[in-house]
Amino acid sequence: MTTIVEHEVGKARTRKEDARLITGQTNWTDNITLPGQAYVAFLRSPYAHARITSVDVSAARQAPGVMAAFSGADFAGEQGSLPCAWPVTEDIVMPDHPPMAVDTVRYAGEIVAAVVARDRYAAADALESIDVSYEPLEPVLDMQAALEPGSPKVHEAGNKSFTWTFANGDLEAAFRDAPVVLERTYRQQRLIPSAMEPRAVVCAPVGDEYTMWSATQIPHVLRVMLAVVTGIPEQNLRVIAPDVGGGFGSKLQVTAEEVLALLLARKLGRPVKWTESRSEGNVAVHHGRDQIQRIRIAASADGQLRGLDVDLLADMGAYLMLVTPGIPLLGAFMYNAIYKMDAYRFNCTGVFTTKTPTDAYRGAGRPEATFAIERIMDDLAAHLGVDPLELRMRNWIRHEEFPYTTIAGLTYDSGNYEAATAQARSLFHYDDLRKEQSERNAAGSPVRLGIGVSTYTEMCGLAPSRILGSLAYGAGGWEHASVRVLPTGKVEVVTGSSAHGQGHETAWSQIVADELGVPFEDVRVLHGDTQVAPKGMDTYGSRSLTVGGTAVVKACGKVREKARVVAAAMLEVSPDDLEWADGRWSVRGDPEQGKTIGEIAFATFAAHNMPEGVEPSLDSDATYDPDNFSFPHGTHLCAAEVDTETGAVKIRSYVAVDDVGVVVNPLIVDGQVHGGIAQGIGQALYEEAAYDSSGNLMTATLADYLIPSAADLPAFTIARTTTPSTGNPLGVKGVGEAGTIASTPAVVNAVVDALRPLGVSDVPMPCTPQRVWQAIQEARSAPGPASGPASGSASGSEGAAR
Amino acid sequence: MIPAKFDYVRPSSVDEAVRALASGGDDIKVIAGGQSLMPLLRMRLAFPDKLVDIGGLDELRGVRDAGDALQIGALTTHYEVTRDPLIRQHCGLLAQATALIADPAVRHRGTIGGGLAHADPAGDLPAVITALDATLVVRGPSGSREVKPADFFADYLTTSLASGCPSSTAGATGTRSST
Repeated sequence: MTTIVEHEVGKARTRKEDARLITGQTNWTDNITLPGQAYVAFLRSPYAHARITSVDVSAARQAPGVMAAFSGADFAGEQGSLPCAWPVTEDIVMPDHPPMAVDTVRYAGEIVAAVVARDRYAAADALESIDVSYEPLEPVLDMQAALEPGSPKVHEAGNKSFTWTFANGDLEAAFRDAPVVLERTYRQQRLIPSAMEPRAVVCAPVGDEYTMWSATQIPHVLRVMLAVVTGIPEQNLRVIAPDVGGGFGSKLQVTAEEVLALLLARKLGRPVKWTESRSEGNVAVHHGRDQIQRIRIAASADGQLRGLDVDLLADMGAYLMLVTPGIPLLGAFMYNAIYKMDAYRFNCTGVFTTKTPTDAYRGAGRPEATFAIERIMDDLAAHLGVDPLELRMRNWIRHEEFPYTTIAGLTYDSGNYEAATAQARSLFHYDDLRKEQSERNAAGSPVRLGIGVSTYTEMCGLAPSRILGSLAYGAGGWEHASVRVLPTGKVEVVTGSSAHGQGHETAWSQIVADELGVPFEDVRVLHGDTQVAPKGMDTYGSRSLTVGGTAVVKACGKVREKARVVAAAMLEVSPDDLEWADGRWSVRGDPEQGKTIGEIAFATFAAHNMPEGVEPSLDSDATYDPDNFSFPHGTHLCAAEVDTETGAVKIRSYVAVDDVGVVVNPLIVDGQVHGGIAQGIGQALYEEAAYDSSGNLMTATLADYLIPSAADLPAFTIARTTTPSTGNPLGVKGVGEAGTIASTPAVVNAVVDALRPLGVSDVPMPCTPQRVWQAIQEARSAPGPASGPASGSASGSEGAAR
Repeated sequence: MIPAKFDYVRPSSVDEAVRALASGGDDIKVIAGGQSLMPLLRMRLAFPDKLVDIGGLDELRGVRDAGDALQIGALTTHYEVTRDPLIRQHCGLLAQATALIADPAVRHRGTIGGGLAHADPAGDLPAVITALDATLVVRGPSGSREVKPADFFADYLTTSLASGCPSSTAGATGTRSST
């Protein structure tokens, strides 16, 4: 028997899960309806900051169709505090966070009461009859003002949660006598994650056991946390994440609504369901970003970086959620990016305000860091009159220098910045565009052309458990897989990586097909249910393939080794005489003599002739803890046309050359890159969670909070270089966040590059027409050099500090 | 995203609609395409006791050549305005403007009368109708009157439509225009 083996890894397989996802044949959480199910609606605070003097739910209890209504006081003693698993410093202020507010509300949208009713309509109507008396307190909306001594306090202990510092090298020496020092302040505006599927949760009690369905990224972590928060024994809790419609970090959370659904199911002894509306989600789902970044860079006269000094204020919002304090720390190791330097200092203060809590949002700390360093690198290039790609080349780690330990202490295992940049430059027609830009500038054209550069890297594959431990994170970073070979030779793979749209079922099937020599179609991937996949760390931080995929490879390796012993018995040879070739065990030198995994599995099913001491099963588990992060990188180039009369920005072309290591499925990777770039462009040009002066979110609907649609975006030119990761057997690096991390600075750099000849050195995000126009007007009216049509040179218009 | 309870009537003539509005008390709203009102209802930013659905009043639909003017019925959808040959010939600005309103779904449901009566400062139509110096024909229990846009738009989201018959059975009349 001869098998022709074609590698599955690398094939652009269409996704196994798509048929059910796009034809309405799946169950989202909101589609699940159980017998006797009741519906929950939450009343939320209209005040950003207020003392609750009374909550009267008696009228709601009498409303038609209502079964129960509760205020925070009704949960006293059982609701606990929502968990924060990342106490980044020993003296961190970590305030109590009741799922339902009891005496004080600290952001508009915080839950103050709940109604349980026969249907959603009755529940929504009954909310109107709940009477809450508030004594309004002063909102705390500005991070800098919040740290002033006289500021009203969000929490008794004050408005500072923590200050975390990292330093390496002699920063003072690096800045002392440096020929060039630039200092900038950037604002990372607050963003709303906007996953396509709003959150939903169903919780059903059976005796003292509970099953929860939730639109979550983290069924396993959620189960542990629900047990810790409510005291319900972990073995009595089952959490299911059915098909989940996107998360972007917003579903990496243990939410008040989940905890309260569990408590309500227990109180009422019947299944309850809650589904949020988009406008409810906009105020209640954790937000992302919201940092003020002060960054100083010291360089020699020819642009060699000497030192980097970063001072961050990070808005925690009103409370610390699951990993809120750790988000800026994930950026701490990325400000130095792909560059070599002598000294680095990072300082971050987490600040409480009376706004929706912040937490992970696609990229989580790394987009912020990449934005700041890539923006200031462009400014430094302009200051020195050097091409921005040339400046980066003078500073980046050369490909022959890997593995390279950076000033931030991470060891980048591999990379080839030269190759990615060369390819991007050529696809982009960089030199032609620079020429056109000069011509437009010389002619004083009202529509300027800007070229934005972003040579990014990031850290993926969260994470080596020992590093998480050193950063005071409350859990490990391993992932689990088990592989079961069925009697008919089909394979079930159980993964702890809980997918929420990424295509795990397809990618994992491709990996297993190659590892076990079985057809792609014969592999079934099970995930997202703590009873089916009992062990896992779930999906976030671009970790699934690098960590979870590696666990699958390791489990398959164990299956193969078990199979080898059985095959040897079947073929009546020694295991040492067998080799794994073309997807089966065959006798070395006599390849006709061999057994497939399916044949061997059937032999263990019958188990009639098992060798002495060998158990009749090929099934294997693996729990994999990575040794290092992975470091995808790439070069993104954006050409933007900026209308100086209207402030409108149009992206003319966008080239992304990413190096995400070995690609398991190019279609999935392309999709991640497309979506990631779109989301990063959203931050650059469109999105901002805006609050009014009393602390109300003004962007509570998608009519007010602008996310880009396909019509707003150009066709992206996407290509890849492949420098395999040396940290895992697949050579993969992760791709879930790369596009978002890379694209925001590329776009803003393009906008600023277009306007630099007019004297503009920054445009705050999002770069709306109004803000672009305003920046042009301010530059025109400012005294000093270079206003009006200027020469083609990008330099000369730069002050030392903004 | 669930509206509060309200009563609903669907009159079969303009007179009947006027009567329903006049007898309905303060918290009564006209609904036509529903593109502005439905979101307000769903977010519970509006709590009308009663909705008068004028969607069945065909006499308010369509574009007529009235000699020295075009008469555009209040129920004419943005899509119909965009495609109407008379409007394209005589009042191109209006067709250009309606072509840019929101997205195709909204343009197929939303009406010119609703767009004007809602008086949203971010709306496209008030500025266009003011630039064209159109005449708005308003019907109420005491008969009909003609209003110029400058008098019709009183403030943000506020028109001079009488509060007793609070919303539009308005017919917008575009003057002939060479644009």
